[in-house]
Amino acid sequence: MEFLQPRTWADALSAKAEHPAALPIAGGTDVMVDLNFDRVRPAALLDLTGVDDLIHWEMDGGTVRLGAGVTYSRVIAELAAILPALAMASRTVGSPQIRNRGTVGGNLGSASPAGDAHPPLLAGDAVVEVESIRGPRAIPIAEFFTGVKENVLQPDELIKAVLVPTASGPQQFAKIGTRNAMVIAVSSFAVALRPGERRVGTGIGSAAPTPRRAEGAEEFASEALDWEGRTQLSEEVAERFGGLVAAAAAPIDDVRGTAAYRRHSLAVLARRTLGWAWSAYQRS
Amino acid sequence: MRVTTTVNGERRQVEDVWEGESLLYVLRERMGLPGSKNACEQGECGSCTVYLDSVPVCACLVAAGQAEGREIRTVEGLGIDDELNPVQEAFVEAGAVQCGFCTPGLVVAADDLLDRVPQPSDADIREALAGNLCRCTGYEQILTAVRLAATRRAKVVP
Repeated sequence: MEFLQPRTWADALSAKAEHPAALPIAGGTDVMVDLNFDRVRPAALLDLTGVDDLIHWEMDGGTVRLGAGVTYSRVIAELAAILPALAMASRTVGSPQIRNRGTVGGNLGSASPAGDAHPPLLAGDAVVEVESIRGPRAIPIAEFFTGVKENVLQPDELIKAVLVPTASGPQQFAKIGTRNAMVIAVSSFAVALRPGERRVGTGIGSAAPTPRRAEGAEEFASEALDWEGRTQLSEEVAERFGGLVAAAAAPIDDVRGTAAYRRHSLAVLARRTLGWAWSAYQRS
Repeated sequence: MRVTTTVNGERRQVEDVWEGESLLYVLRERMGLPGSKNACEQGECGSCTVYLDSVPVCACLVAAGQAEGREIRTVEGLGIDDELNPVQEAFVEAGAVQCGFCTPGLVVAADDLLDRVPQPSDADIREALAGNLCRCTGYEQILTAVRLAATRRAKVVP
C-alpha cells in the first residue's frame, strides 16, 4: 500500500489522477474502520488532512462554501447560526472524538444512506463541488447519491467543498437511535422553511438506498402553509406532511430497525420537526 | 514507511510502519506506550483517546501517516514527572477505576473537558464522556471523579 500525502489541492488532484484506485482519507472515521477490520485493502491511501485549502469555510454571497475537510466540531462551533440544520445534525454525529475528526466531505465521500449531514444538505439545496485534473464540476446534492454508499464521483475526482445556502428561515433536524450518542441513524429527517420563496425543503436519511428528498411532502407543505398569516399549523397539515414523507421513503429491515418502524418514525419526525420549525417562524 | 511525531514532548521516529496501520498500533506496539487501550478499533469505545495537536481523538481512527509531524499526548504524558494530574488523582480517590481498561481514554476526555469548561455541569460531563464506554458500568463514580477534579483545579488555578 502506498501512502500519498499531498500538501496542495493541485498535488492532491494529480495524485488522484495518477492513482485512481487510491482511497481518500480525511478524518478516518469510516476509512480506518474498514482498514482495521480488513474490509478494504486499497492500493493507496490519499491523505487529505495536509491540504490546507480543504479546512476552511467562507461566505460567498448568501452561500457558505464549506471546505470538504471542515470537521463536525467546527460546523457546530462556527456555523450553527447560519446553517442550523447542518449544525444540529453534526451534534448528533458519534461522540466528541468522532466529531473532532469526521468531516462533511468525508460523509459525502462515504455516501452512506445513514450519513447525518445528508438530510440537512438535501433540505438546504446544497451543491457539491468536485474536481479532477480535467476540471471542476458542481453537482446538486439531490443528484449526488447514486446507490448504497455510492456517489457520482469519477475515479479521478475528489470532493473539494459543499456549497450550502445560509438559512433563510427556521430549520430542524431529528434522528432516531437507541441512545443520545454514538448512534447510526435508524431514520433521520431535516426540514428547511424558506419563507421568501414560500418553499419547504426536506431530506430523509437512513430510510432508502440513498438519502433523498420527499418532493411530494415539499410541494404539499409549500402550498398548505399559511406563510402570510402565520396561523397555527393544523394537525391535519402536520399529519399529511408526515405521511407524505413516510411515503417518499423506501426503507428496509436491518439490524438497526424494521422498514415499518422506519416509515412510522419518519412520519413522526417529519410532523414534529415541521411543527418546531413553524413555531419558530411564527415567533420570528 | 517512516513516521516522525512528537509524543509526550519527545520526538519519536519509527520505521517500517505499514501504510494502513493506525496511530494506536504505532503507539502501543512500536513506541512502547500501552496506556492507550485497544478495544473496538472502530471509534465506538473511546479507550484509545489521545490528544492529536491538542484535540482529543480516537487513535485507532488516525492513520499512522496522518500523525507525521504532529504532536501527540497520550495518558502517559498527562502527569508531570511522577505526579498524577488532578483528573487521574480524582479517579483514584473517587473509586472511578474498576477493571481500569476504559480509564486512560476517560482520563484524557475528562482532562480535555476541564481545559475547555473548568466548571462543567453534569450535562457537560455526560456529553464530553459520551464517546467513552465503561463495561464495568461505573459511570456514577466517574462523574464524581470529574466533579472532584473540577473543584480541585478551581482551587489551584484561581
